[in-house]
Amino acid sequence: MTPSGAEFIKQVKHEIDEIDPSDVHDLLNNGVVIVDVREGDEWDQGHIPGAKHVTRGHLESRIEGAAPDRDQRVILYCASGNRSALAAKTLKDDLGYEHVESMTGGYTLWKDRGYEVDVPKRLTAEQRERYSRHFLLNEVGQDGQNKLLDAKVLLLGAGGLGSPIALYLAAAGVGTLGLVDDDVVDLSNLQRQVIHTTAGIGTPKVDSAEEAIHDLNPDVKVNKYQTRLNASNIMEIIEGYDIIVDGVDNFPTRYLLNDASVRLKIPVVSAAILGFEGQISVFAPYEGPCYRCLFPEPPPAELAPSCGANGVLGVLPGTVGLLQATEVIKLIVGAGDPLIGRLLMYDALDASTTTLKIRRDPDCPICSRDPDSISDDEMGVFPDYEAFCAAAG
Amino acid sequence: MAKIRIPPVIRPSVGGEREVVASGATVGEVLNALAGDYPEVKTQLFADDGELNRYVNVYLNDEDVRVLDGLDTAVSDSDSLQILPAMAGGSR
Repeated sequence: MTPSGAEFIKQVKHEIDEIDPSDVHDLLNNGVVIVDVREGDEWDQGHIPGAKHVTRGHLESRIEGAAPDRDQRVILYCASGNRSALAAKTLKDDLGYEHVESMTGGYTLWKDRGYEVDVPKRLTAEQRERYSRHFLLNEVGQDGQNKLLDAKVLLLGAGGLGSPIALYLAAAGVGTLGLVDDDVVDLSNLQRQVIHTTAGIGTPKVDSAEEAIHDLNPDVKVNKYQTRLNASNIMEIIEGYDIIVDGVDNFPTRYLLNDASVRLKIPVVSAAILGFEGQISVFAPYEGPCYRCLFPEPPPAELAPSCGANGVLGVLPGTVGLLQATEVIKLIVGAGDPLIGRLLMYDALDASTTTLKIRRDPDCPICSRDPDSISDDEMGVFPDYEAFCAAAG
Repeated sequence: MAKIRIPPVIRPSVGGEREVVASGATVGEVLNALAGDYPEVKTQLFADDGELNRYVNVYLNDEDVRVLDGLDTAVSDSDSLQILPAMAGGSR
């Protein structure tokens, strides 16, 4: 005689290993993979911190995203311990997971015991649809999307690099974008500055960019700074941002930004472009090198093409800017290996990339010191570069 | 002969080449051979005291020669040197 559903589950529970919530609690943040197999709406009501979400219906097709190795320890839970027992049997018998357990009593017992839970911010139905492709990535998921929505990113420049970065970060749902640019849209910008339009010629870039961002994603709050960064406004502008994206066209601002961001411990996703080539790196204060560790001094004018107008292939800031935008998203959601301590060089004509190691300079005039000891007067200081530029015409 | 990758700002000094070769057993010898072939490069790379200018980094494969043995770092024919001056070209 075939067993009833309840009898079947009881039988399955004899065939798998079970674990008490108190033991699971001891294993939090211990490298053990905890998988919630409940439905999406149950997960949204709250779940165990750090758990991965793979519904029982998607178990076979998506478990490898959460637990790639068959020999790693995997703990499954559901609401009461039945669905997770069935899922554990599948992982053990059909998929060959060697060390899989089902949590007894499920999330209900976990909560009754008073253990901590994560309750995700509620997204609207429209947001769930808009960001649905992110939810399907284990590296982003709903937690990552919430981090993106909470993130504040400052873009220095709404020009060549800033255009694609602003558009894609807005599309990704970065909640707050700050834009610093004192320029107005010019016809010669439109060969590469894709956030602006022909109709927008003559309008401030921050306004033109804000309009495009809101057209793309009304979730994004835009803070506009129609100014140039200088020693007197930089601390006020950058404070409170989680990440700064730098693509400024001159060395004085690069050094000023470096020193201020080290002081405030804000990571900078930095890039420079020229002709057919670009360089990208992430300067994370006190975690990796800073810009001064890499380049303690700016070059003289004849080796500093930023002094005048130079050619740039229109698509290049797109390619390089999107590499920057990718690093920003990785930093926010905590995925992958950021370009900290590495400089990526992209050569469009060669279609090649080269990665160089950059190291912290133990004698760095800025980041070898306590951030509180860096004074206003020191920021951005180096031999008088503007005089060099003026001399070069 | 080691390969030397030339950055855009120095290319005009080496006849527009993106990559050149030069011989030498150390980084210093290779770069001096390069400066011998293209005299303008000498002041771009070297300060008056013969050391590398602080605004130029040189990498042997992917490592900064300053964390190796500097200009005395040994170079083999299969190695590639990358000259990297600071770039600030950006967004405007």
